Amino acid sequence: MLNIDAIKKGIVIDHIKAGCGYKIFKELGLDKADYTVALIKNVHSKKLGKKDLIKIENEIDLDLTVLGLIDPNITINIIENEKIKEKIKLSLPKKVKGILRCKNPRCVTTIEKIGDVEFTLVDENTKEYKCEYCDAKTSLLTNAKC
Amino acid sequence: MLKGRHLIEPNDFTIQELDEIFTLAEDIIKKPEAYSDVCKGKLLATLFYEPSTRTRFSFEAAMLRLGGSIIGFSEAQSTSVAKGESIADTIRTIGCYADIAVMRHPKEGAPKLALKYSNIPVINAGDGGHQHPTQTLTDLLTIRYLKKSLSNHTIGLCGDLKFGRTVHSLVKALSRYENIKFIFISPSELQIPQYIKDELKGHEYYETSNLEEVIDKLDILYMTRVQRERFISEEEYLRLKDSYILTTEKLKNAKEDMIIMHPLPRVNEIAMEVDNDKRAVYFKQARFGMFVRMALLIKLLGVENNA
Repeated sequence: MLNIDAIKKGIVIDHIKAGCGYKIFKELGLDKADYTVALIKNVHSKKLGKKDLIKIENEIDLDLTVLGLIDPNITINIIENEKIKEKIKLSLPKKVKGILRCKNPRCVTTIEKIGDVEFTLVDENTKEYKCEYCDAKTSLLTNAKC
Repeated sequence: MLKGRHLIEPNDFTIQELDEIFTLAEDIIKKPEAYSDVCKGKLLATLFYEPSTRTRFSFEAAMLRLGGSIIGFSEAQSTSVAKGESIADTIRTIGCYADIAVMRHPKEGAPKLALKYSNIPVINAGDGGHQHPTQTLTDLLTIRYLKKSLSNHTIGLCGDLKFGRTVHSLVKALSRYENIKFIFISPSELQIPQYIKDELKGHEYYETSNLEEVIDKLDILYMTRVQRERFISEEEYLRLKDSYILTTEKLKNAKEDMIIMHPLPRVNEIAMEVDNDKRAVYFKQARFGMFVRMALLIKLLGVENNA
């Protein structure tokens, strides 16, 4: 069993779908961090079978929208004095701006430079979002594996 | 209040607001001379990024009949767009000159992008396969004028129901009215998409591939063209294009007061012989298109009191 020290003050990102940890690690810029961080892959989990886990020994601002998009089942634990001070359960954001790209090749966003295209969640089960311009649905499942 | 508003999709307006437009259109039909100067001094910009004769002429005729003037382009190649100007910059510049703009664009959502930067009303005149709201307004006025109401009808939609944006918009718009029954008539390859059926809000519908089986039940028959550009394979197009041709023979069991509509242009889905049938209203429909655009221009410019 691999042992990683408990953190005194920081963040633990738990219940990451196995295999998605590295994507989140990169997304949060943790590969360039100068503080203590740990990415632990394929940890045994009662709920998921296997899961990934990220421990961050620092207080950083997390973009919960991006994390919710990547994996809405993630749990975020805020740690202080080695104890969980707050538990945040993520969900799929209802609206996202400037993150997703429309998959419709006929959409105006494919030819014009628009930085903040808004997508609205239309189906939680299929993780489908609707483009504000062309109304085409973009599924996160087809967008990425995680 | 419709003054200063944009029209991007038919449901941008409430039923009451649509009623206002149709009531005005009907008044224009009754006494067009009363409106021949209402838009005097007003300028319509027609921004057609792809060719269109019917819609552009209809808008231009509408504005000219109201005493207004027109500037614009009918293909993007001859404009600064060809130099790489963004839609945002084009509409901001046009807003310096014109009072209202009509935009047709091959990319879906382009008019919606334009309105974000526009200080003048923007009317969507068709954005790819997405929306064509003034066609829907034309269809609704035609039904309202000729059938005296937008409620209590059985409407048959025939042909390409899968790709036809006109059909999708009309179905969505009519489902806001009471007691409408939809009959979708198409080959299995071109059936109406599930998401459109999901939006029928409890209205009764029936699907068939046989026009003659249902023609006696219809108050309105809406024919559509099977468009070549919607098919990936030429063979598939050739196999299906003649599937649903309306002839006088097929009309023999239809109601006497049924109306036959078509958004035009027609290719061969309605035989020429049908044109002489009093139930064929598709050329009247094109004329209603001009009247409804006249009413729309008046309302968005807020110049009704000039009449």
